[in-house]
Amino acid sequence: MNVSDIIRLLSPELILLITGFVVIGVDLARRREDEGRTAAAVAVVGLILAALAAIFLYFSSPNQIVFYTMAIDLYGLFFKVAAFIGVALVIIASVNYMAGRSKFLGEFYALLVFAALAISVLVSATNLILIYIGIEFLSITSYILTGFLRGNERSEEAAIKYFLYGASAGAILLFGMSLLFGLTGTTDLAAVGKALEAGGDMHWLGLVALVLVLAGLGYKASLVPFHQWAPDTYDGAPTPISAFLSTASKAAGFAIVGRVFLVAFSDFHPEWTQVLAAIAVLTMFLGNLTALKQKSVKRMLAYSSIGQAGYILLGLVAVSNDPTFGGVNGLMIYLFGYIFTNVGAFLLLLPIEKKSGGSTDMEQFDGLATRAPGLALLMSLFLISLAGIPPTAGFIGKFYVFASVINQRMIVLGALAAVNTVIAAFYYLNVIRHMYFAESAVEGGVTVGRGLMTVLAINAIMVLAIGIFAQFFMTWVNSSLALVTASGF
Amino acid sequence: MLSFAWIILVFPALGLLINWIFGKRMGKSYIALVASAAVFASFLTAVGLAAGLAALPADARAVTVPLWSWIHIGDFQVDFALLIDPLSVVMALVVTGVGFIIHWYAATYMLVDDHHRELSLRMYGRFFIYLNFFILMMLTLVLANNYLQLYVGWEGVGVASYLLISFWFYKPSAADAGKKAFIVNRVGDFGMALAIMWLFFLFGKEAGSLAFADIFHAAEGAGAAAAGAMTGITLLLLLAATGKSAQIPLFVWLPDAMEGPTPVSALIHAATMVTAGVYMIARSHPLFEMAPTTMAVVAWIGALTALMAASIAIVQTDLKRILAYSTISQLGYMFLGVGVGAFTAGIFHLMTHAFFKALLFLTAGSVMHAMHGELNIDLMGGLKQKMPKTYWQFLIGAAALAGFPLLAGFWSKDAILYEAFLKSPLLWGVGIFTALLTAFYSFRAVFRAFHGDPRSEHAEHAHEQSPGMTFPLWFLVIGSLFAGLLGLPALFGEHVNVLGNWLAPVFADLEGEVHGSEGLELTLFLVSSGVALLGIFIAYARYIPEWGWAKALQRLFSRLQPVLENKYCVDEIYMAAIVNPLRRLAEGFYQLGDGCIIEGIVNGVGAVTVRAGGYVARMQTGVLGMYALSFFVGVVLVLLWFLLFVT
Repeated sequence: MNVSDIIRLLSPELILLITGFVVIGVDLARRREDEGRTAAAVAVVGLILAALAAIFLYFSSPNQIVFYTMAIDLYGLFFKVAAFIGVALVIIASVNYMAGRSKFLGEFYALLVFAALAISVLVSATNLILIYIGIEFLSITSYILTGFLRGNERSEEAAIKYFLYGASAGAILLFGMSLLFGLTGTTDLAAVGKALEAGGDMHWLGLVALVLVLAGLGYKASLVPFHQWAPDTYDGAPTPISAFLSTASKAAGFAIVGRVFLVAFSDFHPEWTQVLAAIAVLTMFLGNLTALKQKSVKRMLAYSSIGQAGYILLGLVAVSNDPTFGGVNGLMIYLFGYIFTNVGAFLLLLPIEKKSGGSTDMEQFDGLATRAPGLALLMSLFLISLAGIPPTAGFIGKFYVFASVINQRMIVLGALAAVNTVIAAFYYLNVIRHMYFAESAVEGGVTVGRGLMTVLAINAIMVLAIGIFAQFFMTWVNSSLALVTASGF
Repeated sequence: MLSFAWIILVFPALGLLINWIFGKRMGKSYIALVASAAVFASFLTAVGLAAGLAALPADARAVTVPLWSWIHIGDFQVDFALLIDPLSVVMALVVTGVGFIIHWYAATYMLVDDHHRELSLRMYGRFFIYLNFFILMMLTLVLANNYLQLYVGWEGVGVASYLLISFWFYKPSAADAGKKAFIVNRVGDFGMALAIMWLFFLFGKEAGSLAFADIFHAAEGAGAAAAGAMTGITLLLLLAATGKSAQIPLFVWLPDAMEGPTPVSALIHAATMVTAGVYMIARSHPLFEMAPTTMAVVAWIGALTALMAASIAIVQTDLKRILAYSTISQLGYMFLGVGVGAFTAGIFHLMTHAFFKALLFLTAGSVMHAMHGELNIDLMGGLKQKMPKTYWQFLIGAAALAGFPLLAGFWSKDAILYEAFLKSPLLWGVGIFTALLTAFYSFRAVFRAFHGDPRSEHAEHAHEQSPGMTFPLWFLVIGSLFAGLLGLPALFGEHVNVLGNWLAPVFADLEGEVHGSEGLELTLFLVSSGVALLGIFIAYARYIPEWGWAKALQRLFSRLQPVLENKYCVDEIYMAAIVNPLRRLAEGFYQLGDGCIIEGIVNGVGAVTVRAGGYVARMQTGVLGMYALSFFVGVVLVLLWFLLFVT
């Protein structure tokens, strides 16, 4: 492997790295004039280039490991493309929102680009050390972004909570990894997997390591009981960052959980199936039940995104060789659609917050259908997608995940998931009820900037496109299943 | 080379989108222009398709134009695709051709509402959006290459019909009529859905799709083994057809549908949508051929509907209702035709009927405008002098309907009756008697409305309509006069039946048809002519010179009059036997089932769930120390789980 090969394989990461610095530089030059618009534009262009590079790599089907630690495989590239698009959408939507709220806009966009870089590294990582570094890289950028509204108590509180929680989780993760290293003498996922397969006296210790690693990685994906940072952080963070944390960042968490479990812990497949099933059930119930009682739509979405994590995890629980309902493909299409749906739903809060001066209470949505019919329609679309009603992306995701569960004869698990969708439908549709049937307590229309409108429209189109042309997207997902390291699945 | 076929759907879709998005800024004339131009462009496309088909050898005239893959599950696949063959092209030509003329007419007609009040721009735009939507759905229906897509169009035209019948939604009668049409049609649609499911169940695996060709092939392969199922399936399809085409027992919605604006009555409830049932049966003829019982039922339903509706039409005084019952009656003829296996004759009558019935409805619309919304023929009279153009147009339409020799309706009705005679002289007897009634009621309308002295204030002051409404109708007049020449009987030579030759490839698989002698054909031909002239003469005798014997004839039948005026009480019977018991049952379910049981369970479960949500939410205290604690407790619990249960 020569230098040009390496540059080609790492081109998405390199592009993002350069973009991040260029954003800061551009911002230094132009900060006063345009409130960060140029910096945001550069960041978006960089992300698009990185996504194009990833897509280009995708078509050359590289399946190679760089530096013994990063697998440039279709699985990783799938998540890279998804995450880059998600981050780009968040940046476009942030421009107006952040303009009046912070002076350090160049840093804001640069940090988002670096967060994308962290995700990019993380989803490719095949080495425990690199996984840890990737997680920490992503976490630290996320902490800063969460607390970016300096002087805003809620934002600061959210950042501190997230940081302390993340630090604990990091410690646990490292503990688990050290156990694994001690047990197998390697930090390479594939080698760990082989060593665990070989068995030995201390084989049981692998289970302990598994639990610790699950806790350390599961917090990124907001799995119960490692979720408690999530509602407070999503609620307090700048809304675009909530959108980022609950989608792109979460997708990265799932991607790496998937890779670690499928590659390193394949030997413990029967065991982790059970524990993940239990966690999925807990996550679904806790997220959905708590969301029921929320008065603020933003907080409701925060809990809803915990509930959604439960459904997504089912894909990993039901992993199998089945070409149609293999579980992991359900997880991937679910996440892909979920990025657009949830980014859309969170970003739709921006004009509402602006109008109300920060509140996203249900009352703010009363009569939205008459005050801003377009927004109400978009919100309804995102909500029915979250509820899993066709013809939306949310339906396709749930369909493939649930079908995989049923396919594995996990009938009880499927039934519990179905019960949860009913509970969730209640609070999602409740917002639609407020928008369409409640008398408006607030007067006047809601204005939406052009950038935000573009993002919302893209999200809506993608939500419908995935729902309607599911076959096309599934073909892509199914071809992305190959993990570079043979994993037994 | 026919792959451009899809643009026939694009035009009406574009038309409706443009009017929807920009209509409010465009003004009425542009709205009408866009809508009409869209349909005209579709018509030109249909002409192009016909030419393209004609260029192919006869046995290759069935081209499938795939648009996109719609449903794809395992080996089963349903595509969204257009089937371009002689039958679908004839239908497309009728729909877009007659449709265009009706759009053109409506551009002027819809400027005011039924009471001569200026129509708002919003309503005007809405009307043309609905009309374009109807054309789009009707084309989807007739060009579908499979049953599922046909069902999409079938439902789509139903929705358009509903929206347009209740177009004057502020009138309770119009709103009710719309609901009635929709609900009665749902009964038929249910049959359609069941039939499609049954077809899928039987042949889905073997055929791998619901495309007509695949299903027919699979059905033929199954042969006698599927005979019973085939009877069931075709009876369900027939149920669907009786709904859409207003036949016994589901005809009750069509007279009420006259509440819609008159162009709608002409387009949807006379010329095109109501013929969808006939088209669907003709399209499914390989299935119906395998079910002789169903064929007999189709023929008898058609004959009886024709007779019953014609007898009701005799006593109606509302001009549009006369035409509505006449439509039901004429659709009955088409059913009779396809029921005796004379598919070509059925489609032929469908086509000629589209011309003269659209003409009659649109002239009735002109009369209605001239009369300020009054449609009672007892209050008309003498309109011949006031509205000469409209008079001649109506006269020609009525003559074509009456089967006046050598006009369009004469040829097509004769073709059906001839084939019916070969099958069963009894069916022919019902048909020929109905023809007598048809001639009578058509000219009763002519004489009552246009001849004699004005019998009301409105009739006194009626005046001819503007050229925007009278001019387009001349094209329909041409159709009513000459469309019959497309289907001349074999009497005149071997290859004179243009339509028959054109459709021959579609119906090529029919078993060898029975052919009567030329002498028989000529005899029936003369009998038909005589009957039509007799009917017209009786109407003349009764209403112009009012001869004594004609009045005596009426007294002879006067005992039947109350029955006919009450339309055989079918509406009342349905109300008492079906609607009211269902209502009571629904009320019972609502009280007991919904009120007590379901509501109780739902509210109970809901309350418990919400309360549980409250408890769970309390765990989110916001205290970071608790979070950290629960994180570690979580880890420990998961570990314990493993140690206790898994290992």
